[in-house]
Amino acid sequence: MGDLFTTFNVVGALGITLLLTLFSALGALVIGTLVAIMRVSPVAFLNTVGAAFVNIVRNTPLTLIIVFCNIGFITNLGLSVSTDIARNNLVWAIVGLSIYHAAFVCESLRSGVNTVPTGQAEAARSIGLTFGQSLGAVLLPQAFRGAITPLGNTLIALTKNTTVATAIGVAEISGLMKEMIEFRSDLLIPIFLLVAFYFVLLTLPIGLVTTHLSTKLAVKR
Amino acid sequence: MKFGRFTVAAVAVTAGLGLAGCGGGSATPGASGGGTVKIGIKFDQPGLGLKAGADFTGMDVDLARYIATELKLGTPDFVEAVSAQRETLISTGQVKYIIGTYSITDARKEKVSFAGPYFIAGQDLLVRADDMSITGVESLAGKKLCSAKGSTSANNVKAKVPDVNLQEYQTYTLCVDALKSGAVDALTTDDTILAGYAAQEANKGKVKVVGKTFSTENYGVGLAKGDTAFCQQVTDALKKFVSSGEWQKSVDKHLGPAGYKPGAGNPPAPAACA
Repeated sequence: MGDLFTTFNVVGALGITLLLTLFSALGALVIGTLVAIMRVSPVAFLNTVGAAFVNIVRNTPLTLIIVFCNIGFITNLGLSVSTDIARNNLVWAIVGLSIYHAAFVCESLRSGVNTVPTGQAEAARSIGLTFGQSLGAVLLPQAFRGAITPLGNTLIALTKNTTVATAIGVAEISGLMKEMIEFRSDLLIPIFLLVAFYFVLLTLPIGLVTTHLSTKLAVKR
Repeated sequence: MKFGRFTVAAVAVTAGLGLAGCGGGSATPGASGGGTVKIGIKFDQPGLGLKAGADFTGMDVDLARYIATELKLGTPDFVEAVSAQRETLISTGQVKYIIGTYSITDARKEKVSFAGPYFIAGQDLLVRADDMSITGVESLAGKKLCSAKGSTSANNVKAKVPDVNLQEYQTYTLCVDALKSGAVDALTTDDTILAGYAAQEANKGKVKVVGKTFSTENYGVGLAKGDTAFCQQVTDALKKFVSSGEWQKSVDKHLGPAGYKPGAGNPPAPAACA
């Protein structure tokens, strides 16, 4: 078991998984919030664009999105950020993961917006707040607090979905698992348990923290 | 009972799924006798083990069939043996033996036994037919290379050329497409697999095998650990496969069209069963 760590770059791969998770979570939160704002805005065109984004992205398999990021953006459109293939793939994998999970973040936030009583939005309008002001001061703060549990679920799904990045060769842990099994099939069970344990280690606290926060930060009405 | 019929249908479907999930579980593991024998092969390697519709072709498939006939094991029932599952398939008895570019290594011998080798392959490069700049592993500096994620070949080339720019995909097929489109400059894995791709109709004349191997892979027949009697039988069948000329015929048929010639030491003499 110990020689797994000396022969293979286990720590590096664990780090890449963590990196993918953190940056994609940030990206998904930003994009998802923007799309959610589009979907609740009073402009019909933005509603349509937002709904189209969510429905297209949410219903496309993640593997397809990730492979498209590589073949479509890098190979065919030449949108390279670096001459180093590994770095290029890492960046595009983060983009792909962000876009995919943004759809889920958007829908979580929209469910959060729905927890805010209609009267509050009407009150905000009646005291003269613009859409932007009522969104920033009244709707979104409560929406985030009401959407903590679904957002946590999305984050847990995102953490595990980072393994799909192996499809384009990102050096994360599930790719390394394959490599370790290729060379050390005699350690099949320990390898599997190591990777499984790592994901539990990442996702279990997310679940505990979001459950705690969702009660602590719940809007008392 | 407004939803009665739906409930019944749902239960029936669920039960069906459950049964489907267990399908084959009750069959005799590995199946000796009973008319068929389960054999693990690769489904996605042209020239070696390829599933084309309902049919299977390739050198590994020829050998798998030959052994089944020679040892009177029954009709071959081919099962896909992806690299990561090979040891498990054998040790749990889901297949009787595996012939699928299965290199004999010490780590694998901990879990399974091998008969053979029946072929000596080596890692090589596949490049575009008009590319003269890549002549071997030493001319890879600054080139874009492609291989399968987690494969021996990918790891080997990383060790040999530390600053290589390596694109890894799930399958070699994506690599071949990337090579043809110019996204990468070379594809590396065992020369047998490369020859199989070069011989495919869609790739003929577009890609070529460099023909300078830089590793040695001894392909063996993977079988249950410690089953010396069966190993001996397979070894005898392997010897007969070579001496009867079937070996040469199979190589010429499946790998020959790309102009591939087996490297030195082929056909190898199978090692004694331990």
